[in-house]
Amino acid sequence: MAAERAAAAIGVGGGLRAAPVFLADRPRLRRLADGLLPWLLPAALLALWVAGAERGWISPQVLPPPLFVYETLRDLAVSGDLWLNVSASLQRVLVGFAAGAFIGLALGSAMGLSRRFEAYVLPTFNALVQIPVLGWLPFVLLIVGIGEPLKYILIAKAAMVPVALNTLQGFRQTPVALREVGQVYGYSRRQQVLEIVLPHAVPTLFTGLRLGFTKAWLSLVVVELVASSEGLGYLIVYGRQLFQLDLVMAAVVVVGAIGYAIDRLLDALEAFAKRRQPGAAP
Amino acid sequence: MSGPRTASPSLDRAELAALQPLRPADGSRWRGLVLPIAAVFLWWALSRLDLVNSALLVSPGKVAATAWDQIATGRLWRALAASLAREATGFLIGTAAGLVLGALLGLSALANRIVGPSFNTFKQISLFAWIPLISVWFGLGDVAKVVFLSLAALVPVVVNTCDGIRTAPPALLEVARVYGYTRWQTVTEVILPAALPSIFTGVYLALIYSWLATIGAEYLLVAGRGIGNTLVEGSEHFQMDLVIFGMVVIGLVGWLMNALARRLERRLSRFR
Repeated sequence: MAAERAAAAIGVGGGLRAAPVFLADRPRLRRLADGLLPWLLPAALLALWVAGAERGWISPQVLPPPLFVYETLRDLAVSGDLWLNVSASLQRVLVGFAAGAFIGLALGSAMGLSRRFEAYVLPTFNALVQIPVLGWLPFVLLIVGIGEPLKYILIAKAAMVPVALNTLQGFRQTPVALREVGQVYGYSRRQQVLEIVLPHAVPTLFTGLRLGFTKAWLSLVVVELVASSEGLGYLIVYGRQLFQLDLVMAAVVVVGAIGYAIDRLLDALEAFAKRRQPGAAP
Repeated sequence: MSGPRTASPSLDRAELAALQPLRPADGSRWRGLVLPIAAVFLWWALSRLDLVNSALLVSPGKVAATAWDQIATGRLWRALAASLAREATGFLIGTAAGLVLGALLGLSALANRIVGPSFNTFKQISLFAWIPLISVWFGLGDVAKVVFLSLAALVPVVVNTCDGIRTAPPALLEVARVYGYTRWQTVTEVILPAALPSIFTGVYLALIYSWLATIGAEYLLVAGRGIGNTLVEGSEHFQMDLVIFGMVVIGLVGWLMNALARRLERRLSRFR
């Protein structure tokens, strides 16, 4: 709060300050203007797009009019095609993420709990992590073929890396003082882990899971673009091949909307986990 | 906080942290070598014994021969040079644009209110989903690839520059006010230095992202040559040796960029 005030004092940051100065003594109008400002840019772009399409500045083959994109989206939704592809994508991302998160949590906690295991595995893990999902794609493709396992494996790999690294990080950051308290109280190893190490690792762990899901979603689109016959990424490629840009844009909008919804959800979950962290401000 | 959150810089920092290789707490080096050596031996033994489909399970020797062939004929250098030139161009354009946009969003509350939410929504669209649209608008050549790479580099730079500027320590701003700094002085002497680490986070991520995007662009906009095309070629001709070689090269380049950025970061923090 103090930061906001100080920043606002010199005109940096702050939300309400953004509204034009002449509204300074009319708080309600100011709030209205502030609420409308974010819509200015999308509205202007949309107007430009509509006008461009109507006046024929832009060929519909290059940029279909917004109404056309909307109609395509509606048709997709009504015919059930949208749901078919969305559910295919969601299933892939959920299965892949669940597998990746599980392996990541297991690997990360094993490395966090046993220094010996860590010494054996971490350098190899670090080396393999340097190769991005797209680098693994042809390798896995040649081995397992183009079916569902390819998608699950690559999405799981993408999710696994940040989860494992953040889990390890979380396990490492137990305050020494607390560990000593545990020793003084004669905690068993199991108690140490469950009551001291784990609660402190939870926020970092959540960050890892969140990052993992973001990566899983990103990889899903890549994998579906390259190799699939259903799903949102496929819809995009299919539309591109038929030169139906309305279909491409409709699918891109859906990808963005789902990505946004997931991001908000994970943000709320993360905030919830952080509130429950020991020692966090109430 | 009343304004919109401009993105999730905390997540970016976590991602950056994940890029820093953690060192084993146990200092011994030989333990780390056990697994790779065992894996290579197993690989060699399996390919030697012919237990598995040998078209896919190429021997380590074959991969080495392919690697030597790629290096000796200069094919590797041509592919790498093409990829790196693309990466550098996209990275520079994206970072420059990102610094300007990020500074604008960080310094002007009005600009942040107008552009911020749209930018956040735009950012949610999975990066690679843009490729088909970009291919319609810009073709399959280098222009399309550089546009895509710039986009990949732009996003983290905007997010972290804006965040660094907006979270400048209030105490410092107070001091600037007390000393009667002009707005320009406040920005150049207080806010920018305070925002530097955050800006560097953005640029660092931009470097990594644009490398990933280079591979992606070469993979999805198949035209021209580059290290991504080497992978595609290996994959299409069922040449596992070429695929493995390509993977190793991509991993090595990524690792080198990481090391370079980390060294720069250390130098930068010493300089401050």
